[in-house]
Amino acid sequence: MAATDTTGAPEVTAPTREPLVKARWPKYLLLTLLAVFFLFPVMFMVVGAFKPDDKVLGEADSLLAFWPTDLTFENFGDAFERATFGRLFVNSTIIAVFVVGLGLIVNSLVGYSIARLPFPGARFVLIGIIALTIIPLEAVAIPLLFMVSELGWRNTYHVQILPFVANPLFMFLFYTFFLGVPKELEEAARIDGAGPVTTFVRVVAPLAKPVYATVGILSFLFIWGQLLWPVLVTTGTDVRPLPQGISIFTAQPPISWGDIMAFALMMTLPLLVVFVLFQRWFVQSVARSGLKG
Amino acid sequence: MVEPATVAPAPGGDAPAPRRRRRRLSAERREQLTGFLFSLPGLALLVFFLLVPFLLAIGLSFTNQRLASPIPLRFEGLTNYQETLSDQDFWKAFFNNVWFVLVVVPLQTAFALWLAVLVNQKLRGVTVYRAVYFTPVVVIMAVAATVWLLIYSPDRGLANAFLRVISFGALESEFLDSTTWALPSIMFMSIWQGVGFQMIVILAGLQEIPDELYEASSIDGATRWEQFRYVTLPMLRNTLIFVVTVTTILAFRLFDQIWVMTRGEPLGNTSTLMLEMVQVGFERQQIARASAIAVIFFVIVLTVTLVQRALIKEERY
Repeated sequence: MAATDTTGAPEVTAPTREPLVKARWPKYLLLTLLAVFFLFPVMFMVVGAFKPDDKVLGEADSLLAFWPTDLTFENFGDAFERATFGRLFVNSTIIAVFVVGLGLIVNSLVGYSIARLPFPGARFVLIGIIALTIIPLEAVAIPLLFMVSELGWRNTYHVQILPFVANPLFMFLFYTFFLGVPKELEEAARIDGAGPVTTFVRVVAPLAKPVYATVGILSFLFIWGQLLWPVLVTTGTDVRPLPQGISIFTAQPPISWGDIMAFALMMTLPLLVVFVLFQRWFVQSVARSGLKG
Repeated sequence: MVEPATVAPAPGGDAPAPRRRRRRLSAERREQLTGFLFSLPGLALLVFFLLVPFLLAIGLSFTNQRLASPIPLRFEGLTNYQETLSDQDFWKAFFNNVWFVLVVVPLQTAFALWLAVLVNQKLRGVTVYRAVYFTPVVVIMAVAATVWLLIYSPDRGLANAFLRVISFGALESEFLDSTTWALPSIMFMSIWQGVGFQMIVILAGLQEIPDELYEASSIDGATRWEQFRYVTLPMLRNTLIFVVTVTTILAFRLFDQIWVMTRGEPLGNTSTLMLEMVQVGFERQQIARASAIAVIFFVIVLTVTLVQRALIKEERY
């Protein structure tokens, strides 16, 4: 969607009703205190990543926890060597790319076809999808574990990808969005001789960018953090993703906190980058995608 | 729509003979076929990875199935349910879960609403604060739990250092090692990690409220609080219902932070239904009994969702 209307829209419209004399600093003080509350563990992690193990632990109970007293980059090397960070990062990336990519295609197609190309029984399917939104994947994890074990799928990439591709909530978000798109646009495309696939790819899908963005970010966030399922289906480091890597880290003494912080920082960075790049956009797209209910 | 089963799989107008006469019908059928084909991959995955395992859970819960075991499958009736419902560990996990939901859902929603109102102010730089409050969500739960593990460390951690400073040495806690404080500690860090997400959703709702409503009400002499009570809250109704429903389901799924921080210790005081299910089904390999827990879990979530829906009837504008 046009960058122009996402940037300034909410700020410009309403004139400030505040009397100008009224001091603003109490507001900023409150906002800043809250910022400290939300950021201190993150800062602790970032700074800890650049400190030797004993300093991370030794200075954890003072303000020095937020100061890189003994700057070192060793932890990052250790995370790669001892905790196979590189391998796990590649695994997580492969899984996330396929889950997000396939998910965007598959879920938007379902949403679109129910909204616009209703086949017999589409209404029934829609009701089914709404009903399925309350079954979390975790609730079926154990029988699913049994199924994939019988199929011999454990310790593979696809066992970590396929169950997360189709998502009833995302299907429903796409459905409600496509329902609101004016039909004339598609009809115009049809008259120009475009088939349903072309119409969807060229005309309808571009309109749904905010929904694609929201669903993309949400599913990336969700799959990057997924812990329960990999705990159940992966044993070695071959296909293991990052969250399980870090959970094993803390379960095996001796715990080297510096390495852990470096590992944690590196696995958070991709999400931070995605978020910082898209954060302004994200609020707007949540508003438009209908996620707010 | 009119004739269900026959239309979908039949390849619409492919039959060559009466082509001309069936042209209009076949166009409609072709559209339906396209719609069906568009939906097929998504629906097939949904059926295979959500619906089938769900039905399988119900089926297996009446058997003696174990993970990778040569013992022949036997029908066991309600044994798994009876054993589960008379198991102390299950009830402990259940009540921990309920307690977690009852505390976290209202607190987190109220906190998120407050934050959303704060970052919706027309102040310079407010978008930076907005991003900062959302940051913990980006630090995924497994990472956040690991960092908080050190913060909560009784002798070395920042949490105790902070308590000692503000109370001049009078207060300190064992946090995760304490049977009383372990679960509240996990609640606290869970809210810290998750509240930013609800804030963003509520903020999106706030930004849809037309400014005219506030202008009109301030002309009528409404105070800040009256505006919040009589304009903001009613306009946010649907958003808040959505947030409460989703937070409740997420809170019932509580697993990651428990797995990283305590694994249910001390003495099962932080165990949850999900942890119980993983321990029974995965670590003890009792698939059938874990399936019974899954079914019970689903019934609980379904009941809570339905009760919530009944209590707060959604109003659509």
